[in-house]
Amino acid sequence: MLHILSERLRQGHRTGKFPQQEPTLSERFRGLPQITPNLDQQQQSAAVASCPFAAVQSVAGQLQIDVGRCLFCADCPVAELGALEFSHDYRLATRSRDDLLLGDETYRLAEKLNKRMLKLFGRSLKLRQLSAGGCNACEADLNVLGTLVFDLGRFGIQFVASPRHADGIMVTGPVTENMRSALLDTYAAIPEPKLVIASGACAIGGGPFRDSPETNNGIGDLLPVDLYIPGCPPHPYTALDGLLRLLNRR
Amino acid sequence: MNRAKLISFHHGACVPLTELPCLDFPTFRESLLEEVAGDARIASFFGHPDADGVNLYAVLAHDWQGKLALLHTRVQNSFPSLTPECPQLHLFERELAEQYGLRPEGHPWLKPVRFHQNWIAAADIWGRDPDLHPIPGDMDFYQVAGEEVHEVAVGPVHAGVIEPGHFRFQCHGEKVMNLEISLGFQHRGIEQMLIGGPHPASIYQLEAAAGDTSIGHTIAYSQVLESLSTVEPSPRAYAVRAIALELERLANHVGDIGAMTGDVGYLPTSSFCGRLRGDYLNLMADLCGSRFGRGLVRPGGVQFDLNPELVDKLLQRLSVLETETRGAIELSFDSPSVLARFEGTGVLSIDAAEELGLVGVVARASGLMRDARLHHPLGGRQKLFDAPIIETDGDVFARGNVRRREIYASHRMIREALQSLQSGENRIPLGPLAPDSLAVSLCEGWRGEVVHVGLTDGQGQLARYKIVDPSFHNWAGMTMVLRGEQISDFPLCNKSFNLSYCGFDL
Ligand code: SF4
Ligand code: SF4
Repeated sequence: MLHILSERLRQGHRTGKFPQQEPTLSERFRGLPQITPNLDQQQQSAAVASCPFAAVQSVAGQLQIDVGRCLFCADCPVAELGALEFSHDYRLATRSRDDLLLGDETYRLAEKLNKRMLKLFGRSLKLRQLSAGGCNACEADLNVLGTLVFDLGRFGIQFVASPRHADGIMVTGPVTENMRSALLDTYAAIPEPKLVIASGACAIGGGPFRDSPETNNGIGDLLPVDLYIPGCPPHPYTALDGLLRLLNRR
Repeated sequence: MNRAKLISFHHGACVPLTELPCLDFPTFRESLLEEVAGDARIASFFGHPDADGVNLYAVLAHDWQGKLALLHTRVQNSFPSLTPECPQLHLFERELAEQYGLRPEGHPWLKPVRFHQNWIAAADIWGRDPDLHPIPGDMDFYQVAGEEVHEVAVGPVHAGVIEPGHFRFQCHGEKVMNLEISLGFQHRGIEQMLIGGPHPASIYQLEAAAGDTSIGHTIAYSQVLESLSTVEPSPRAYAVRAIALELERLANHVGDIGAMTGDVGYLPTSSFCGRLRGDYLNLMADLCGSRFGRGLVRPGGVQFDLNPELVDKLLQRLSVLETETRGAIELSFDSPSVLARFEGTGVLSIDAAEELGLVGVVARASGLMRDARLHHPLGGRQKLFDAPIIETDGDVFARGNVRRREIYASHRMIREALQSLQSGENRIPLGPLAPDSLAVSLCEGWRGEVVHVGLTDGQGQLARYKIVDPSFHNWAGMTMVLRGEQISDFPLCNKSFNLSYCGFDL
């Protein structure tokens, strides 16, 4: 018993001050991409052709990055061409698929739920996590939210085992053919009204497995998504920031 | 020994396919069984179709000689199963049946592995509709009948934040008579996507083959390409890879000990380890910006360098974390209530482990010395690794204790590697891959040996790429330890294995 207590003292208090205090992320962390302004058509085409995951498009003369598809690659060829740069901003979650398409405007971060939903879920949100082809990095960094450092429970958010006890589903992975019906069944088992959260590049648009005949390129058209959390995998603070925005806690 | 029939080579070599004789099946079979009866084990076994049938390749590992050997034959439609005499081939043969419609005649447990359609235009050996995607879990499960016998089915969706898989228990009261596991829910078709490569997307798919083993799989992949294009990364790049590999091991082993203690209700270690795991992931992020090592390892070397300030920072952080990790772990290994639950639970005998060809932590906990860092090192890593860790009891405690001791060994290895970094190129550009060749690569990931085999066509493109994650072998061990156990001990046994679903399903 004494051992436990003395070890407890040494390990100290570890819960972070988020969201009152901004987190310190590693220097090499790659956050929200920023498109270089005023690229000519040739530079834009080269940039579009260079991304292996079709995350960059040229729309009406403006280069656009799909933050949802982007894997934040360390060796991003688009960045090497000088067409984009990664900022240090970990806040990436949005409410709509269109908001993930970023050109030269400012990025529209997720807005809070509507009044009725906030009244229902604002102080207590139970989520069923479902991995549908996730590689276990997305899952691991959601699990981390339950550790001392993030302590998700203090915000009233909790992962639950049964979809019957859940207010929403948080999906990771590109939705493999073999998990498609389990995903739909789990969603159906959650009582209305319910939320859908797509976490990670895979769930949003297939990620590195885009266009594999064995996957569905993410949730896409299968379910109506309320919150998109980009990243491969999303940093735990990116996910937490998104959840708190949704619940009007930030 | 039929040595003339075998190609024997060292890890890292590129083998021209023309040097590899195509044996008739009886000779292939006899040579393989002879090798396995000697000191060899199966590291990989796979098919590659051509106009005349399906070529089968067996990669044998002679661990204590530090050598690999290759056997090659060609079959059509069916072949006499080797599994009855060589059980470690059981899943490899099921895989061949599922991928190429090859029937291993006499296979005792011929069921689908991942539930996908045939890769070639061949009849489905289970008679399923070739135009429809198979239904996962649609197979005959082993069943026990009798009074008071009941069946428990779990999954694919499990209770926690965890990947999907289906488990069938045949129980008599609390006692499990048999557990059968049906996977494939995570199948993303990675091996098929790699064909014709290396593609620009390939390395990212391998980083996510088993996303908690990004470093292990990218090292294995890079080594294959390096062997095929005869490029040798610098000692510095090798050292950075080794540091990252040990950091990955630390994060996962520490997390596993936390999960195991959490499962027996010992919360101090469980919550400390949960936090510490994140701190190791953050060290990885200091190195490459990603907590899971994405973007660090690339064919030809690594993509990030360690500058002196970062080396100092890592050394400093590591010494703090080392003390805290020891404190957190030793608490539980001192606690009689934890030991009482760990000891004697989920015992895997050395014979079962050997027959099933198990690898990694699980094999070492049952007394089998298998560690690619020791037996098949590349790039002078041998010096770093001279203290293989082994336990003999094969129970939950042994699996925990292997991890505990490996954690302390990893601390030492990382420190030594950081203190003795040589200067050198981070990354050397790869040339074209040798045409019509084959290269094998092994890397001791945190769960165990990751084996990749790359086979090129006449143009030097990948014609077949075979991945064996340690979980591919080890799930079978998991079903063995449940026999005769209480079903309530399943979560603890499962955590002591902590196997990958997507690594198996790919
Ligand atoms: S980071 Fe990767 S996914 Fe994103 S734009 Fe660059 S290459 Fe494409
Ligand atoms: S988004 Fe990236 S980390 Fe998440 S499941 Fe997909 S590959 Fe893995």
